Amino acid sequence: MYNGGKIIIGLIIFLGFSTLPFLFSLGKAVAKPDPRIDTPEIQKMAEKKCVESKQFMKTEHMVILNDWRDAVVRDGLRLYKAKDGKMYDMSLQNTCMKCHSSKKKFCDQCHNYVAVKPYCWDCHIAPQEGT
Amino acid sequence: MGINRRDFLKIAGASALAGIGGASGLVLAKSGALEASQYTDDPKGLKAKRWAIAIDMQKFQTPEDYAKVMNVCHTIHNVPEIANPKQEIKWIWTESYEHAFASQDYANPYIQDYLKKKPFLVFCNHCDNPPCVRVCPTQATFKRKSDGIVMMDMHRCIGCRFCMAGCPYGARSFNWKDPRPFIKKVNPEFPARMKGVVEKCTLCYERLAVGLIPACVEASNGGMIFGDLNDPNSDVRKVLASRYSIRRKPELGTTPSVFYIIGGQ
Amino acid sequence: MLETALKGSRTYWIWILFLLAVIGVGLIFYLRQFTVGLGVTGMSRDVSWGFYISQFTFLVGIAASGVMVVLPYYLHNYKVFGKITILGEFLAIPAVIMCMLFIFVDLGQPLRVLNVILHPSPNSVMFYDMVVLSGYLLLNVLVGWTALSSERKGVAPPKWLKFFVILSIVWAPSIHTVTAFLYSGLPGKYYWMSALLAAQFLASAFASGPALLILLALIVRKFTKFDPGQEAIQALGKIVTYFMLTSVFFLGLKLFTAFYSGISTYSYPIVYLYAGLEGYNKLVPIMWISNILTVAALILLVIPQLRKNEALLAVASVCVFFALWIDKGFGLIVGGFVPNSFKQIIEYWPTIPEISITLGVWAIGFLILTVLYKVAVSVREENRDVDFHH
Repeated sequence: MYNGGKIIIGLIIFLGFSTLPFLFSLGKAVAKPDPRIDTPEIQKMAEKKCVESKQFMKTEHMVILNDWRDAVVRDGLRLYKAKDGKMYDMSLQNTCMKCHSSKKKFCDQCHNYVAVKPYCWDCHIAPQEGT
Repeated sequence: MGINRRDFLKIAGASALAGIGGASGLVLAKSGALEASQYTDDPKGLKAKRWAIAIDMQKFQTPEDYAKVMNVCHTIHNVPEIANPKQEIKWIWTESYEHAFASQDYANPYIQDYLKKKPFLVFCNHCDNPPCVRVCPTQATFKRKSDGIVMMDMHRCIGCRFCMAGCPYGARSFNWKDPRPFIKKVNPEFPARMKGVVEKCTLCYERLAVGLIPACVEASNGGMIFGDLNDPNSDVRKVLASRYSIRRKPELGTTPSVFYIIGGQ
Repeated sequence: MLETALKGSRTYWIWILFLLAVIGVGLIFYLRQFTVGLGVTGMSRDVSWGFYISQFTFLVGIAASGVMVVLPYYLHNYKVFGKITILGEFLAIPAVIMCMLFIFVDLGQPLRVLNVILHPSPNSVMFYDMVVLSGYLLLNVLVGWTALSSERKGVAPPKWLKFFVILSIVWAPSIHTVTAFLYSGLPGKYYWMSALLAAQFLASAFASGPALLILLALIVRKFTKFDPGQEAIQALGKIVTYFMLTSVFFLGLKLFTAFYSGISTYSYPIVYLYAGLEGYNKLVPIMWISNILTVAALILLVIPQLRKNEALLAVASVCVFFALWIDKGFGLIVGGFVPNSFKQIIEYWPTIPEISITLGVWAIGFLILTVLYKVAVSVREENRDVDFHH
């Protein structure tokens, strides 16, 4: 092929660049994310229940937070009726994080693993982590 | 192969568009996880057609009268304390009569001495015809249809500062850097803001939603009268009907909702 | 056709490398601004728009000025501009791109810029600005590239091109009118509150744009085998003359209403800019430099014997360009914010990071301009001996 030398070198450089993340983590085992829900606040709860079921929250918590954000800020609403009929104040700081009070041991676990950086906490204040 | 480059590109482009269109169609068709009926407002919340505040200037005599009003607002809302006046953030502060009512002073430089020297509390006027809302390209700042509060959606603001140019009262501040290190004492119940967005007084919408009056009004101990301008029986309408009040820059057509009662009994 | 930009003389490549270096420096400063925030600039709570927005405003004018060569040629068959329309269109493209870049670097949350499209706000002039600027960019790319491709192939351009050319002629003044509307509808900003502002913008645009085009045409003639033609350059000179006179006339109108009415909210910003107010006079020197450049330019332009001298015309063009750059840049923006809403004076001057980022964006614009002009010139040089009709 024409310019074969340049093309092959280019391809090798490209392959090198695109596999760099994998090469960097070669041999290192990153621990599976371990989100802990044994915060003191959750321990105190009689019925250890989140706003919605664990499976629902796993897949939809971003959607819930987005919808809550628009409902509170743009529509002036306050209360969310969960699927089981219970009413919750729509607030990351005052509802979600009142129970999930350790961002490091809960939220960050999965977010760090998949290298996602939600910008919520640029403004919303995470509870102070203890010692 | 018999296809030439131009035709290949045309087919590839059309296929890509069809693919993206089909995929987005599927995503949209997928039923939403949450429904609108799940959201309601708190029955405790205070409601009005148009909130207004009347500031009784006679009730503000000592520096403490002003300080307690300003401090409570800035404290509960995590407003940072930035020393550089060029980059400061303030939701409520005081200005002299000459500066707060810049247009009025031209009309009467011989006004009573006490007015000339008296500090006036200034903050967002929550205008009924707000130029800031008119100019915002993303509706990050908008007028609430329910009660006329000029709100801020910090999630949507792109930091273009058009609203700051549009506001004739200088009521808005911009986060020229990350404000978090400058917050004296963090209130964990209310968010802070990040760099690159505009902020201002939002009439304590979070307190109104749970049945509390704005913090400044509460701290003023009767110095600020709060109520529904559209309700002829509200406190604010009663006080406006009985004493002379002025608003800032009325000639600009913004119809502010903040009144300064300067007349006597 | 783009491959013609990859072949060039030593001078060409040194120029490209220089531009890349300036872009690199700007990029480094921008990364700092992106992480630390817009606090690295000289803007403040009171002067919340500064150098970036002023460059944007000035460059929308330059972009719109392409119509000054396109209109006479396509609408009135003014053959003299035949060779120069491509230079006008290929100037508009980097000008619009620079406008968009200046808005981008001015945003506090630039990654959210698409919110303007996701949440269209027909009440906001800035929404329309984004729409019309994007449209104008696409129009100029389409028209310029198609016309040049046809030329390269030695055929007449396709018939549908005329529609888009006419569209771009109508579109051009509208982009600058919309930009003026950003300013002239804001209550309480007395320096901007004038029905005349859009007309002022257009007049200064149609003076500074063709002035830049004259300089670019002279540079193209000096460095390449393509000669835009002495007649075309002289015609541009006459356009610059008339619109510079109009700009000065408009300034006179502004001075009259501000001072004769006696309304200080209208006159104070002018006093601050040209004489200083309450001891604050940071902008006075450059505003007077702008005035002196204006007078010098007008002397060189109005007197025909001086204007016909191409060297003096070049000097006049430089004077016009910088006089209007200062006036539309610094003067316009700062004048709107000083005095502020409280009748106080907070001054503004750009910081080093701000200036570096600005130069970086200008360098990006000049890089795109260089590449596009290289393409146009290469096509012209190829077809030098070919006779064809538009």
